[in-house]
Amino acid sequence: MTAIQARRHQTASAARNHIWDAGPLTKIVLAFALVISAFPIYYMFIMATRTNEEAMDVPPPLLPGGHLGENVARLFSTEDAYFLTGLINSAIVAVTVTVSVVFISTLAGFAFAKLRFKGSKILLGLILVTMMVPLQQMGIVPLYELMVTLGWTGQLKAVILPFLVNGFGVFMMTQYATQAVPDELVEAARVDGASTMRIYVNVILPALRPGMAVLALLVFMQTWNEFMWPLIVLNPDNPVVQTSIAALNQAHGTDYVMLFTGTAASVLPLFIVFVAFGRQIVGGLMEGAVKA
Amino acid sequence: MTLHVDTPAPPRPGPRRPVGHRGTERSRGFARFDLRATPYFLVSPYFLLFAIFGVFPLGYTFWVSLHEWELAGDKTLVGFDNYIELITDGAFWNAVVNTLGMFAMSTIPQLALALVLANALNKRIRGRLFFRLGVLLPLITSVVAVAVVFTQLYGRDYGMINWFLSLFDVDAINWQNQKWSAWVAISTMIDWRWTGYNAIILLAAMQTIPKDLYEAAAIDGATARRQFWQITIPMLRPTIIFTVFISTIGGLTLFTEPVMFDGNPTMAGGTTGQYQTVAMFIVKEAFRDFDFGYAAAAAWLLFVLILIGTLINYSFTRRIGGSK
Repeated sequence: MTAIQARRHQTASAARNHIWDAGPLTKIVLAFALVISAFPIYYMFIMATRTNEEAMDVPPPLLPGGHLGENVARLFSTEDAYFLTGLINSAIVAVTVTVSVVFISTLAGFAFAKLRFKGSKILLGLILVTMMVPLQQMGIVPLYELMVTLGWTGQLKAVILPFLVNGFGVFMMTQYATQAVPDELVEAARVDGASTMRIYVNVILPALRPGMAVLALLVFMQTWNEFMWPLIVLNPDNPVVQTSIAALNQAHGTDYVMLFTGTAASVLPLFIVFVAFGRQIVGGLMEGAVKA
Repeated sequence: MTLHVDTPAPPRPGPRRPVGHRGTERSRGFARFDLRATPYFLVSPYFLLFAIFGVFPLGYTFWVSLHEWELAGDKTLVGFDNYIELITDGAFWNAVVNTLGMFAMSTIPQLALALVLANALNKRIRGRLFFRLGVLLPLITSVVAVAVVFTQLYGRDYGMINWFLSLFDVDAINWQNQKWSAWVAISTMIDWRWTGYNAIILLAAMQTIPKDLYEAAAIDGATARRQFWQITIPMLRPTIIFTVFISTIGGLTLFTEPVMFDGNPTMAGGTTGQYQTVAMFIVKEAFRDFDFGYAAAAAWLLFVLILIGTLINYSFTRRIGGSK
């Protein structure tokens, strides 16, 4: 190596190290972002352990108190909120919708990614276009009338059925199947005489499993958070957790600590899932983004 | 998972085929059928359900919008009367202005902050995953919860934000009371929840930019700022467009935050509709005033609004990063 080459090499690696290391400004930005992201959530859990008198202190309390138990008891015994019913209903709705969306999306994703059929490009394009349309807000009047006609208003079916399919899910599974399943694998199975459904069960499903997990988490979260449609179509005595909180807010809006206990309880299941599968969720989001 | 899968029934060959082994012929026939037809079976559940719960309501909404429509009663065809009335309805335009105002007020800072944050997350630092998870925490928090917590933080008498402002001798603000303050409060709720998500999406795109580009630029003496504007931003263009699309749809259908900010789900959006959005307007017309035809017409106008908004944003974002 000549002296010049050596020096150039040195400069390059120095530059390489230098530009990718986090400087003090980066660290400040990240620390600030973290504090801002975490604070309202932290505050919510703190308030759930306090009394209403303490909640009105100026400045407000920032450390946990000892009243969590009584707040929880009060929350679950508040009659006009039906909080426990709401939690159970939300779990039923979210699980059903998640299973359906993931299943239907893997079927369609398999077809779009790995099978050749007439019109597949147009059909996939159609799904992408409809992802851009806010169908839910657009269709509330006919959907409501449909539910009235079927006699389903106030029932969980009414908040499950409209969400059983999801264009985003099909899109994500198509992307995932395209890169996760080599064409040769499908061809080899065909040569061995496997039918399309056998290929789906034995080749596609195992390969899609990580992608399915991420999709399941996203759909679960989205369904758990659904607010507008349940507010319209369900009755107050048979709510989902989000409308139950809205009812609490309306009837006991000044009972901050109970309200906060309710919101804390409503996000806790999602947080547990997030802590357990955080790495996969971040990975899945990032993969989906690059391919979009 | 115990999911039941229906295999499409193989076509039965005729009772007596003249040629060859029956078995081979039959399986060949099945294989051909399988190749041709099964893909349609696979995509049919999606399109079937989508037709019922997506396409049908969309078309039917238009039909309803041409009527004076009562749920279990009269349905009188009135042509475009609902639309004409809507166009001259001050309350509707107020909702449109609120929606667009809060959309702009939330989206612009949100995407700018997301870019800065993504750039920071892209640096080498210990505990990367921890930071990434940290900025995604708000996304996991449900919108209703976010709205409840922020509404309390913005409370006039005991809210932390007014307390903080009082340290700088600012008088207590009644955030619900005025347009600008309500818009600010609601926009911060949106931004708090979505900035981290957008940052993660942008970060993913940043990581696909070849590092050589930056290293070459650094050797040529380009500053970090210059690299950001001349390399990062242009390379991120498709992803920025994607995030703008997502924000446009989310922003123009804004509902949960302003409803919860009000406390009473009357859909009024404040005493004089300071923060009533179009989505709230639609729900109010349909399910509080039972004027379904009017609500349906408003829903179609919202759709048109989103189309226009998306197109404007698209043509605007296309120009990012000095492309021709």
